[in-house]
This record gives sequence, C-alpha cells and structure tokens, in this order.
Amino acid sequence: MIIELGHFALVFALLLSLAMAAVPLFGAHRERESWMRLAKPAAISISGLVTISFFSLIHAYALSDFSVRMVVENSHTMKPVIYKIAAVWGNHEGSMLLWALILALWTTRLVRQKEIPLPLQARALGVAGLLQAGFLSFILFASSPFQRLEPPAKEGLDLNPVLQDVLLAIHPPVLYMGYVGFSIAFCLAAAALIEKKADSNWAGILRPYAMTAWIFLTCGIGLGSFWAYYELGWGGFWFWDPVENASLLPWLAGTALLHSVAVLEKRGSLRGWTVFLAILAFSLSLTGTFLVRSGVLTSVHAFASDPLRGVFILALLGAMTGGALLLYAFRAPYLKIAGGFRPVSRESALLLNNVFLFTVLATVFTGTVYPVILSALDLGTVTVGPPYYTLCLTPLLVPFALLMGAGPNLAWREAQLAPVLKKLILPFVAAAGLALLPGFLRSEFQPVATALIFAASYIGAATLQELFTKTNRFRHFRLPASFYGMVLAHLGFAVMLAGATASTAWKSEETLWMKPQQILAFADYDITLRGIQAGLGKNYDFDRAQLTVATEGLAVGTLAPEKRWYPGAQRATSETGLLRDGLGIVYATLGDADAKDPLRRVLRFYFHPFILLLPLGVTLIALGGAVALLRRKRGEHGA
Amino acid sequence: MAHKAALMPLACFAVLAGVFAMALLREHNPAILPSALIGKPAPALELPAALKGSKGLTPEALTGGITAVNIFASWCVTCVGEQPTLMQMKKDGVTVLGIAYKDSRENIALWLQKHGNPFSAVGLDEKGRAAIDWGVYGVPETYFIDAEGIVRHKHIGALSMQDYTAKLKPLLEEMRK
Amino acid sequence: MKIISALFLLLILSLPALAVEPDEMLKDPALEARARAITHNLRCLVCQGEAVDESQAPLAADLRKLVRERLLAGDSEKTIETYLRARYGDYVLMTPPFSPTTGLLWAAPLVVLLLGTGIAFFFIRRAGKEG
Repeated sequence: MIIELGHFALVFALLLSLAMAAVPLFGAHRERESWMRLAKPAAISISGLVTISFFSLIHAYALSDFSVRMVVENSHTMKPVIYKIAAVWGNHEGSMLLWALILALWTTRLVRQKEIPLPLQARALGVAGLLQAGFLSFILFASSPFQRLEPPAKEGLDLNPVLQDVLLAIHPPVLYMGYVGFSIAFCLAAAALIEKKADSNWAGILRPYAMTAWIFLTCGIGLGSFWAYYELGWGGFWFWDPVENASLLPWLAGTALLHSVAVLEKRGSLRGWTVFLAILAFSLSLTGTFLVRSGVLTSVHAFASDPLRGVFILALLGAMTGGALLLYAFRAPYLKIAGGFRPVSRESALLLNNVFLFTVLATVFTGTVYPVILSALDLGTVTVGPPYYTLCLTPLLVPFALLMGAGPNLAWREAQLAPVLKKLILPFVAAAGLALLPGFLRSEFQPVATALIFAASYIGAATLQELFTKTNRFRHFRLPASFYGMVLAHLGFAVMLAGATASTAWKSEETLWMKPQQILAFADYDITLRGIQAGLGKNYDFDRAQLTVATEGLAVGTLAPEKRWYPGAQRATSETGLLRDGLGIVYATLGDADAKDPLRRVLRFYFHPFILLLPLGVTLIALGGAVALLRRKRGEHGA
Repeated sequence: MAHKAALMPLACFAVLAGVFAMALLREHNPAILPSALIGKPAPALELPAALKGSKGLTPEALTGGITAVNIFASWCVTCVGEQPTLMQMKKDGVTVLGIAYKDSRENIALWLQKHGNPFSAVGLDEKGRAAIDWGVYGVPETYFIDAEGIVRHKHIGALSMQDYTAKLKPLLEEMRK
Repeated sequence: MKIISALFLLLILSLPALAVEPDEMLKDPALEARARAITHNLRCLVCQGEAVDESQAPLAADLRKLVRERLLAGDSEKTIETYLRARYGDYVLMTPPFSPTTGLLWAAPLVVLLLGTGIAFFFIRRAGKEG
C-alpha cells in the first residue's frame, strides 16, 4: 500500500513538473508575473511528493517488505538497519529515485533564492521543471523501483558483505549532491541564454550553487578513493576506471567553471565561456550516468546494465544537452563582450588555467569514451588503462603549477609581469630544493617524482607567500573570504599532489610466507607475526593475523589483517590491517595458508609514506570551497 | 565567426551522441572480447588424450573439414547446457574436438558419460597453457575452424540451440563453400 | 549476460589466489621487478577492471607464471607483450598501442592543448583591444 502511495506521488510529481516547465517559461516570455510565481509552489510540491515517494521505498526496505521486487533483490533480513536503508540507493532504480529527490531539493533551494530577478528565476525553474520531468518519466517508465513481486519472497537475495560499509553507503548521496547540484548552474545558464544576458549579477547568483555542488563532488570522489584504498587490498586509490572518470569529468568542468565565473562576476568578462562551462558540467554528469548505466562500458562499478535504459538515458542526454547546446549556438553570440584586459593580467591567467583544466578534461574524456567509439565503429577493442592517463597528464602538471603560482599574484585588468616573476624566485628555489632533497636522502633519483614534488612544493610555497604578502606579514586579516578559500584550495591541491606522488614513488612492498614469531625487516620497520587467531564474528568466520610493528626497537603499533568467510552470502573477503605512522600507512593483507602447515601464511605488506596527505589535501580543497562561500554581501568581490 | 564557433559544441555533441547510439544499437557486450585469432591459422594443437584409450589432439586434427574446438571443463556448470547443441553439431557433420581445461581424467570421463560425448577427440590441458595459446579467458568457449585450418569464429559462453540455428549454422554453411 | 556473469563467477571462486604469491616470485629481484612491470601493464580479461598483477582470477595467476617463465627463458618485454597480443588482442595491454586506430586517442591531449592555447591567445588579444 505504502509503495503504491509512493508510486502515485511520483506520478503527480511528474505532472506537476511538466506544469512547472511550461507555465513559468511562458510567463517569463509574456511577462505575466502570476504565471512566473507559480514556479515556487510547484517546486515545493514536487519536492514533497518525491520525498514521500523516496520514504515509501525506505519504509519497504526498513521493514524488509519482500513483496517489493527491489527489496528482494537488494536486501536481506540479516542486514543491519543502516545497510538496509543504504540498499535503497545501492542499485540502479533506487539510485535514480535518489537522484530525482536531490534534484527536487536543489530546485527548491533555487526557489528560495533572494535577490534574483523574477524572470531569470522563473526561466531557470522552468528548465529545472523540464529536467525533473525527464528524470521522473525515466524512473516511472524504465526504472521503476515500485514493482511488486507476486507471490512475495520469503527472504531477500543480497547480503553482500562488501557493500555493508559506512563509507560506501554515504558515497552515492554525497556524489549525487554534486552531480545534481550542477543542474542548477545548467538551468541558470539556459535561462541566461534565453534572456540573451549573462552579466556579473547572474554570475554572482550562479557561483554559490556551482561552489556547493563542487564541494560535494570533491568529498564524494575523496570518499570513493579512500574506500578503495582500504577495501581493495593493494593500496591503490585511483584506477582511472570509467566510473571514477565519470565523477572526475564534472569535477574538472566545475573547477573550470568556478574560475571562469569568478572572472565574470568580478570583471564581466568570459560570458560565453562561463555559460558553456555551466552547460558542460551538468552534461558531463549526465554523460557519466549514461556510460555507467547503459552497458556500453565494463567497469567494476557498473550497475547491471540494460540497453533499453541506455536508449532512454541517451534520449534524455540528447534532449537536455542537445537542447542547451542548440540554444547556445543561437544565443551565445548575443552575450555582450565586456571588460577588456591586457595580455598580462589575472583574467589571462585564469583563462589559461581553464585551457589546462579543459585539456585534462578532454584527455580523461577521450580515454574513457575511446573504447566505446572504437567498438561502435567496429574497429576492434583497446584498453585505455592508467598508463595512458599518467603519460598524458603528468607533463601538464609542471606548467600548470607554474601558472597556479603566478596567477593569484597578477592584478586584474593589467598587471606587471617582472615584479611578479621576481617575487616568485623564492618559492621557485625553495621548491627546487625540496624536490631534489628526497633524491639525495634516498640516493635514488626519480625524475618524474622530482618534477611532481617540485610542482606541489612550488604551488604550496607560492600560495603561502601570497598569504604572507596579502595579510601584510600575518598582521592584517580582513580579507575577502574568497581569498582564504583560494589559499586553502590551492594548498590542498599542492598537499594532495605531494601525497599522491610520494606514496606512489616511495612505496615499499613485500609478499612472503611467514610463520609465528618470524620477524620481517621491511622499510625501516621490524614486523613480527605473533600468531594467527581463528574466531567467529557476527555473521562470519575469520582468521586474523596478529602483527606487531616496531622501528629501531620502539613499538609503533599492531596490524590485524583478516580473512573472513560469510556463510550467509557464501563469500570470502579480505580485511586489510592498517597502521598509521606519522603521515604514512603500513598496510597488510592476509593470504592463504600452507596446506601442509596451517600456521604458515602468505602475508603481503605495503608501506605508503605520506599517503595521509591525500585525504588531508582533499579536505583542504573542500574546506577552501566552503570558506569561499562565506561571503557577507554579494557584490563584494574576491581578491 | 562568432556564430560558427558557437555551433562547435553542438556539432561535437551530435557526433558523440551518434556514436553512443551506434554503440547501443550494436548490443555489444563490452565484457565479450573479440578474438585476436579470427582470420589467422589456428594455433598448433598438441595435447595428451583426456580419455583412456582414445587419441589426444594433434595439429592434423584441424585440417580436412570443418572443425569446432570446444574448451570445456567438468567443473563448469554452464558447459552442461551446451552438450545437446554440440551433439547436434556432430550429427550435422561437424567434427567436434574438445579441450578439457584444468581438469582430471577421471572427472572428464564421468562427466562425458553423464552428459554425452560429442567429441571425436579430447585433449587434456592440465595447466591451462594451451588455452592461453587460443586466447581463452573463460569456459566454455568454442572456436570454428575451416577446412584450411583458419579460425573463422569464436563463440563465448555456452552454445545454445538458438545460437546454433540462428548464427552458427549459416556460418558453417558459408565455410563449407 | 547472465551466462557470462556465471562464467566469470565460476572462475573467480574456483581457485583462491591473492595476486602475486610468494611462490610465484622469481629469485632474481631485478627480473621479478621486470615481471611485475609487465603484469602491471596487462589487463586481466576476467576481472576486466584490474591488472594481471592485482587480479585474483586464476587466469591472471596463469599469466603471471607465464610472464615469469618467458623472462627466465630470456624473452624481452616486447616479445612477451607481442606474444600475448597475438592471442588476446590489443585489449590485453593496459597501455593502448600506437596504431592508426589509436592515433586520435594519443593525439587528443596535445591537439586540445594547442588549440585551446591558440583560442585563448586570440581571445586575450581581442580583450586587449577593448578599453
């Protein structure tokens, strides 16, 4: 009964969204205020209805209602309640409903926007209505989570222990807040094109939406990467898997957008490009959805795919992105060019920044989509694996870093290059020294790692130097929030780059058989296997290795990797043992036992120095975004 | 100039969407990999007999007629489903050879007794090395070789009767010419 | 589709393995490092998101052994990769080869960078003329 209620609520929501698409857009066209104002109650009602719909699904999962097909396929009575609820979005249908819910909530936020001209708001909401209509019809006609199972099953089918993890549970909602958040930027861009106007005011409205979406996306990607690190057992944190790339692409477009919209807001320049980026970011979210759910790509992440769904999503993508780009083709020339600037200026630097970001985006996009293109044209199959990305992207990082260091130092409109370059000599030299240091300490010269450490150190040093200068040697702190945001975000990027480079270039690895009381000398540590313990967990059997780690006689900590067997799910998993030492992590996994001597086990050790700089960097980046949002008055320009 | 530049994104998108549509229409399963051996001579086949008292596999087995080389295993659950199809192929005059992948002679004998033996000869690939030579990455897989010993087609997964009648029979007809 | 999943599942569950086993490893560390580098660049055809170096699939274990045997026999990296490409296709390499079909793939980054920089400079020049 409740499920049917949820179903009906969604149908009503669809009807309302069609109204919300048509009426305000028409109202803006005819300048009928009452029609434009209809968007607000429509949006709020849609939110309410989709929420009811979503909760009806949560209700079914929480109570293990096995008359609902989705619950049978994705849940089990033995699952803890939080994972039952997380199972709502752990599958295609439920995750699309989550997508629709988040879209409705973002749209409601736009409704409550203050200081926005009514026609702009009405048009943006009209486009949002179109988007909602598209997704709601997709759910209702091609991905319904409300289907009943007749007769009801006695028990659910899925008790996959790998999916019962907190990080994994919150990873999709956080990501969707990002993906879907860019839809508002998309709607505002479409509205601007309809109005043939994208001025500084418009940029000021768009910026917080883009920024918030971007922060969520940053966190979502970070969470996914962190989960992969501790769960997958070989210490990797990024695999250039198509689904990972699908999350990176809107992030890159979003980063470019944030930089471009800053120029537009401050100086009124880069209108057409900013509008394009706003369309691009959400379009990439949609394209990612298509790639992951249509079955054209294999990925460890991909949902059970269905070409029919793929057709529907492609149609949605075609209508939304195609429609927006068509609008762009005809209306973009109307966007007035304003705000001149000299070749050496902040604007130029930001424009070049966008060139770099776009190049990275194009590379990641090409690599991800290329196998699909080749097979569609019947030209065979290739794998575009991590080596492609590292080979193509690494060379970009040093010039990008140099730009990142110089950019914030340049004045708007017209800047002097010579004094800036002179100022940057200090960070340059400091970074060079820092980059060459590991080579001497390790008596091993790694050119690529050195270049990347240089890039990271340079960005860090230049950013700190700028902070020092602008605050007048840390005496005067009344600076715009966006400046501190930039400092944090750029520092975060430097820290992240340093962490990624160090943990990869300087990692240690060892695989061996060990017996109890055996001591292994590994990467400046002495690791002793104390013993193997067998036992029973909540719903699994385990073998656990007890290892103590010491360095130069001093105890550092213990490691306890496990191998588990879940009889309910008939699955084995491997739980890694992690030990933090400073900024590095010692990482251990337990392997098979010797058939002849059960106490003799395969053990695998990794040491990742400075790897904690990665989550630290990501946190700083997200924090920088959050700080930049704390602007007191709109119209107050960033530094 | 400005107008033309503004059309670029739409044009690029249209091309891309077209490619995606083609990818969908092909109903291509990206998990199924095309064989690198198509159009090339079949790999040399030299395997010991899997069944006592019968022959193993030698390169000569591949010449002189249309051959289907089926890689299977007694521990492979889906392989059971394709035995009827292989029996039908044998009846239709196709020489069916078997490569038993990572298996033991006892289990193979029992399995063939239970599910039928369409094979004129079965070779035992204990370590799985011959399978690697054929580009095998799962069981079951079936290769179709023409009279000259050229690999013409690879079928991945169990051969259903439907697959046989719809796709493979016409192919075999063509190969006979 | 279901058949394929069942097939893969079967291969994964049948023989437990945990990527490179100590017994697989070569005695000579330099040779072992080369083996690891090669297998790191080979795609596991079963668990298609993983490299042969990391994958727990039995086929991956076989390929790891094969690579080491060939290294011991004196084959070079190129020879081993060619050997596997001949049997499994270009797909088996993590790094796409340089061929006419992959020309666009490899050219794309540089082309975009040059084009983008060119357009940016054009735009900067135009903006310089305004006010």
